[in-house]
This record gives sequence, structure tokens and C-alpha cells, in this order.
Amino acid sequence: MSSSQITYQAKDYKSAQLVRWCPGCGDYGLLTALHKALAELGVAPHDIVVISGIGCSSRLPYYMNTYGFHTIHGRGAAVATGVKVANPRLSVWLATGDGDCLAIGGNHFIHAVRRNVDVNILLMNNKIYGLTKGQYSPTSDRGFISKSSPYGTVEDPFRPAELAIGARGRFFARTIDTDVKNSSAILLAAAKHKGTSVVEVILNCVIFNDGIHETITAREHRADKTIFLRHGEKMIFGSNNDKGIVQSGFDLKAVTIGEDGYTLDDVLVHDMTTPDPTFHLKLALMDGNELPVALGIIRDVEAPVYDEDMEKQIENVRAKKPARTLKEFLMTGDIWEVK
Amino acid sequence: MKQEMKIKDLETVVVRFSGDSGDGMQLVGTIFSNLSAELGNEIITFPDYPAEIRAPHGTLSGVSGFQMQLGAKNVFTPGDKADVLIAMNPAALKVNAQFLKPDSVVIIDTDSFQTSDLERALFTTGDPFKELGLTSVQVVAAPITQMCKDCLEGIADNKQALKSRNILALGLVCWLFNRPLKIVEKLLTEKFKKKPDVLKANLLVLQAGFNYGHNIHAAVSTYRIETTSHKKGFYTDINGNKATAYGLIAAAEKAGLPLFLGSYPITPATDIMQELAVHKELGVKVMQTEDEIAGICTAIGASFAGNLAATSTSGPGLALKSEAIGLAVMAEIPLVVIDVQRAGPSTGMPTKSEQTDLMQALYGRNGESPVVVIAALSPTDCFDSAFRASKIALEHLTPVILLTDGYIANGSSAWRIPDLEEYPEIKPPYVSAEIRERWTPFMRNTETDVRYWAIPGTEGFMHRIGGLEKDYMQGVISTDPGNHQRMVQVRQSKIDKIADTLPLQEVWGDEDAETLVVGWGGTYGHLSEAVEKVREQGKKVAFTHFRYINPLPKNAETILRKYKKVLVIEQNLGQFAAYLRAKIGGLNPLQFNRVKGQPFVVARLVEEITKIVENGELKNSQCINS
Repeated sequence: MSSSQITYQAKDYKSAQLVRWCPGCGDYGLLTALHKALAELGVAPHDIVVISGIGCSSRLPYYMNTYGFHTIHGRGAAVATGVKVANPRLSVWLATGDGDCLAIGGNHFIHAVRRNVDVNILLMNNKIYGLTKGQYSPTSDRGFISKSSPYGTVEDPFRPAELAIGARGRFFARTIDTDVKNSSAILLAAAKHKGTSVVEVILNCVIFNDGIHETITAREHRADKTIFLRHGEKMIFGSNNDKGIVQSGFDLKAVTIGEDGYTLDDVLVHDMTTPDPTFHLKLALMDGNELPVALGIIRDVEAPVYDEDMEKQIENVRAKKPARTLKEFLMTGDIWEVK
Repeated sequence: MKQEMKIKDLETVVVRFSGDSGDGMQLVGTIFSNLSAELGNEIITFPDYPAEIRAPHGTLSGVSGFQMQLGAKNVFTPGDKADVLIAMNPAALKVNAQFLKPDSVVIIDTDSFQTSDLERALFTTGDPFKELGLTSVQVVAAPITQMCKDCLEGIADNKQALKSRNILALGLVCWLFNRPLKIVEKLLTEKFKKKPDVLKANLLVLQAGFNYGHNIHAAVSTYRIETTSHKKGFYTDINGNKATAYGLIAAAEKAGLPLFLGSYPITPATDIMQELAVHKELGVKVMQTEDEIAGICTAIGASFAGNLAATSTSGPGLALKSEAIGLAVMAEIPLVVIDVQRAGPSTGMPTKSEQTDLMQALYGRNGESPVVVIAALSPTDCFDSAFRASKIALEHLTPVILLTDGYIANGSSAWRIPDLEEYPEIKPPYVSAEIRERWTPFMRNTETDVRYWAIPGTEGFMHRIGGLEKDYMQGVISTDPGNHQRMVQVRQSKIDKIADTLPLQEVWGDEDAETLVVGWGGTYGHLSEAVEKVREQGKKVAFTHFRYINPLPKNAETILRKYKKVLVIEQNLGQFAAYLRAKIGGLNPLQFNRVKGQPFVVARLVEEITKIVENGELKNSQCINS
């Protein structure tokens, strides 16, 4: 098509539907970032499909002027896989939340990631069930008090990065809902990555879990509690840009440059493309206590893509087997003629 | 001395191969049925195998069987009882004793009928035939194991010799049926073309088995079956699962769409997925997914993206797919769901067949969730039924559940390779430039109530669908009470109106009879054979068999109301009978139900139908469920 010659603007991807998330919901920021990223990507709206499961986050397709399918709880990853395999020329996105993706849809999520289908997964993590009005989710911290855990949970949460990388994930990024500029750049990178991209969006539920990410996202300490990773650049952070991540034995360590004998040379340089996931996982699991929470693209590794390989396999078999219709195939089998 | 031999000319004959599940009985059964088909016989086969891949050697739980009926004409079933049994060990004899005709021929391997073998099969005496009361059977006691070893000495090791026992037995059976070995040799050559050593060994023991029969001049009946001429054309042997797979391929070809299957392994449906996975050259995309739910959900995604999409499963899998079928109903997208029914509930008896998923297919979802339900009649009819299921799904934008069952899925018969020219066009209701200005996602064709299909990638038709209720006019989310009622009704009427496109239900037999026998789906062969036999006794009986369950053909009610006695025969506790009571006010048919996991016994059906025909007092309301 001629879509490469046409330029698009963010508004071309906005549907006429009134957005009905609660005022102040983190989903608004992500939606804006997505509209911007798609305009930059330049894929025509009719070549984009946005799939979702169930939950607040899964309302997102209605706000897109693209093809959209609001499916059933947890199954979005499977439906998105089917769309992409059926027509690999489409740009396929999955809008999902921590409950939809990691509880009821956990199985489909890990298998989509394992297969490396070229689908972009937007995992909006607000650590709560919002649409059902406030139950703990599989990402809620141990001891979290909610309507369904009045005395606190007695279970450990999933850490999305650990699950994605454990399922052999090749692209994992993290962003904050209100940071539209960086989110947009990350979504664009996710779209360009061939294979499954998982973008965890640290997202605030203003009604049922307000401030759950404040310990890392609050303006006054965000610079000290987070680090924005950029490929090929030193891992430096802090309000004075004087802190860095260094390796200490088998672990990572946050240090102040110039103190305790650490110099800029000791600070690690980010390499998002190394196939070994060990360091990526270590970076992704930094939790804002001893070490800052990693934002940006943590891992972006090339690997065979399921939907492409399925098409290649068909071409390979076609080169060897001449039949193109059912009858042609049947006539080569074990047959006899009645005259 | 030839004159000692009795050659029986038979119209039909029933043969059963039986042994350990590792003995290769399915293989020799298949080869013998292919051979007979090539010689022009009508055949119906039925493999009966245990769920265990390899149960302990020689035990009753490990017995695997393959039964077939062959004949010149009118072969509708694999037959009730066997004329010939090949029993590779005492367990096989014991399990199959109940399926033997009194004067049947039983071929045994004497080497595997030793004391320890008898004990493993829980015989308490040294004479298994006497112990089982098989006093009039004709036994061909052949040292099959020893012959294999002798024949292959210096050519193959003992292990290979033991593996060839089934082929030696096949040679014996060929002698028994006066079958030339040439075709068997051809079939074996194809089967083992990549294993020349195995092929060589098998060809040797095949001949040895045949020669043994020829030389012993055993005083047993041998058989000659007349051949018949079929409709002209090319034929192949096909089972129901393969036919289902080919029906989907044919429909995709006819519709000009790619075919996608999302599926998860489950007995007895797995072969559909495996067969489709072979045909990459025809552009078929098959995904073996992480679970049953992903099977249908990937298919739903592929359907949304514009493929002919299907998912294949069996009863428990259909249960897992329920919610997603509801999504396809709500989103109004084409989808073919194949349920190869097996004995339930729960895991039930995975390798055994019954018709107990009808209610699940019709009603097993939340909300008012109508779908089309079709049931295939026979192994070869699975092709036509899968084609028709696909056509309805694509032209009416609806999920269609195709019910087959373990019996027709694994059973096989000869099938004339069709010309797709003989099949109707498939024309999905795509959106077009003419309707673009006034189009909304749920705008409908007022005659059929079917919406229009806008496939991602099409410019100007971007839209959002999903599981939430939509506005009738605008297609946007709506919780308006009146709108919901209207949408519920239009989704129902869309399905009801499909009846306008269906062929009328046919009645066979004596239309002026008092009694109408009613069946549906995979029991067609048994019921038609039973009805024919009752009519041969000079009794009047009519017969109708349903492929289209929901909606029913338009004349179904007229037919069912016409007869004084309606007898619904099915392999469940009366699900179709209950459905007919609900659909046709006041109709209260008689029932005959069997749920044993085994095909019907024709003789038993004949007995039951005769009883109903002869009882002049009986009316529909008098249910005599026995």
C-alpha cells in the first residue's frame, strides 16, 4: 500500500468514542503515548489491530480509530496471536492489565512470549483489580490489604519482568504512565521490535489503589528511586546525576561516583541486545530499595519470530510439494480407480 | 486336498483383529481393509483401542482391536459379531469372546497360548475355548511366533521376528479370504519404504502365513466375497477425522480464504489437527496451542483477521471453550468448532464413543447464545458436514458446532474423491464500497439478519467489536434495556433463518408406516441397517436421520407429527428426544437409549424397532425406555 508516503498524526488514531476511564486514571497517559507512537510509526490505522481482554485497561481498543477487538478475560494474548498468525502484515497490539495478563491470562501470556509472536503487549500494572472495585492482584505486594485481603495477603506477587524473561522474553521495557514522552518512544521501539514486546506500564489507579507506586514515581524522589536505561550509555541516575550501577560479585550495587573509591569507569554500560538474560533480569528486578527501579528498554534481543517462521515453513514445503488444491493432493495418495 | 475345503460365498463378513496394544493390530486391520476396498468391496471399519498406550503385556486391559465388515453392498456398519477373529493372545480371545458368531473362525498364535499366557489373561484351566463356552468355533491354531523366527533366521533378530507376527497373521487371513498378496505387498512397500530391512522381513512372513494356510488344508471355512461396482471415479480409504480435515480444506479453497486451525491434543480429535498440520503446501496454518481455550481463541483471532478458522476438540475441551464460543456468538464472527464426542462426563472413557454432548453444544454457554449445530452421519460424511459447517459459518457470520464422534472419527470406509465443482459456492457477506457511507459494524442484511464482514487491513471500515452488548444501529457499547432485548432476538432469528437455506429433511422406508425411527449424527449406519432388516421381515417402518440439529430443517415438524409412533434412538439418555419435545410442542417420542461407549448392536436395534412396530396399542406418550 501507499501508507509509507502518507504521514499520520496522533489524532488519526483517536476514535470518536468518549473516553470513560476515571478522571486522573493513569490509562489516559498511556493512550496519548500510544496515539503519538503510532503516528510516528506511520502504519495506516486500518492496518492496526488492538486486542484486549477484560478490565479497565482493556477498554483501550474503543478509544482507537483502528480495528479493535475487546475479547474475554485473560484470553487477549491468544486472540492477538491468532490475528498476527493469520495476517502477519497487520500491526497487532494487546492492551492488558496485571489481573487480565498475569492471573487469568498467565498461561496465554507466557506462551505468547515463548513463541515470540510479533505482538506488542501493553501491560498496565496498577497492582489492583479496578473494574471489580478493589481486590488484590497477582502483582500486589505481600501483606497488601484490599477488600478481598482484609488482613493482608499471604502470598508473594509475580514480578512481570521475571515472568516475561523466564518465558524467554526478548523485549522488555518499563515506563511510568504520566511520562508520555518516554512512553511514546518506548512504544515505538516495541512496535519496531520483531517478536513479542512486553512493556510494563507503572500505572496509578486513582480510585482503588491511589499512590501505590508513589515510593518510586513521586516527583521529589523519582530521580533517586529510578534509573532510565539507554542502550550503550552508562547506568547513571540520581538528582545530581552522581550515582551509578556497578557490579559487585554476582550482584549489582548502587554507588555514588567519587565515593568509596568508585569512579565513572566502574559504572556499567547498558547493553540491551545481549542474548544472555541474566543481567537484564537483574536490572529488571531492581526494586527501588537498595537499587533504583529500571525504566526504559531493558532487553531488546533478536530471535526467530513465530508468525514469520510459520509463513517461511509454508513456502519451504511448497517448494517441495507440488499440490496446490485438495484434489491434487488426494490424487497423489493411496487411491484406486473404479471404471 | 482342495475338496476338503469349504468356500463360503457371503454377502458380508465381519473380521476382527485383536491383540496387545503394541501388536500392530490397527496396522494389519487397516491394510486388510484397504486391500478389500481396492478389490471393490464396500467396507466399514472400527478400531477399538484402549486408552493405555502400552498396558502390561498380555493382560485384559491391553487388548486392542480392529473390526471391519466387508461386502458387495449395503455395508453400513462394522458389524455386530465377527465371522473371523484373529486373537494374538489369550487376553484378546477372552475380551472378544462376546463378539463372536457361534461358528466363527478363530485364528490363534499357539506360541502365545502357553500356561503363563493363559494365567496373565486370568484363565483358570488349560482350555480357554471351553472355559469361554466357545464350543462350536473353528480354530486355526498356528505357531505364528515360531514361524516368524524360523522364516527370518539369519535375516532379522528375534525382536524383529516378534514384531512381524501381525504380518504373518495377515498372510493367513489373506489365504482365508482368497485374497491375492500382490496388493498387500504394494501397501507394505509403501508403508515401509524407508525401512528396507523391515519391509524385507514383512514380505517374507506375509508369504509364509499365506503358504501355511494353503498347506495345512485346514478344515475351516474360507470366504469369497462378491465385489460390486461403485460410481465411477477415484477412491481412497478415509476415516472421519481425515474427512473432517479435508472438508475444512475444501471449504477454504472454495471460499478463497486461508485455513487456520487452533487446537490442543485430545483423544479422539487429535488426528484432525495432525492431518491439517501435514498440508502446509495447501497453505493451511495449524497452531498447537497451550490449552483448549487458546485453541479456540487463536481461531477467533484468525477469524477476525479474515481466515476460515476452526478449532477441534472432544467433550471436555468443548466445555473449556464455552466462554469463547459465547464471544464468537456476541461478536458475530465465523468459526467452526468440531467436537469429536467421547464417553463422559469428565474424562469418562476417552477412546470410546457416544452422543452425549448434544445439550452441551446446543446450550452449554452463559446468556442466550444460539449457535448452529450440525452432526456428521458417517466417516465419509464428515467431509460434507465439515464443508457445510464452514459454509454456514462464513455466510452467516456465526459459530457452528460440528458434532462427530469417536466411532465415525476412527471408523473408515471407501470414499470417492470429489470434484469441488460438485460443491456449492461459499460467499461470505463482505463489506463493499457501496455500503461504506451508511455502514456500521452491526448493520444487517434484513433478509438474513447477517451483519457484514469487515476484515482488518480494509481501508475505511475500522471498527471495534467484542463481548459487550452493542447498539443495534450504531454498533457501539450499549446497556439500553430495549436494545438488549432486540439484539438477543436478532441473534436468535439470524440462526433460525438459516433453516431457509437447508435441504429438506428426507424420510426413507415406508412413508405410510405407523412408526418413524429417528436418529441423528454418527448412528446413521447402524440405524439404516436395522431399519432395512426390519423391513426385510415385511414390517412397515419409516426412518429419518438428522444432520441439521439447530436449526432443524423446515419440514422437520411436519414429518415428526405425521407418525403415530416416533422412536428416537440415540447413544445418550434422550438428549435429542428432549430437544424435539422442547422444539415441537406436544410431541413426546418413544426412546431407545444405549450409553455403553460402544457402537449399537444392529440385532438389538432390530429387536427393539420390531417391538415398537408390532405393539399396536403403543402411543408416543408411552415412553418405554429400556
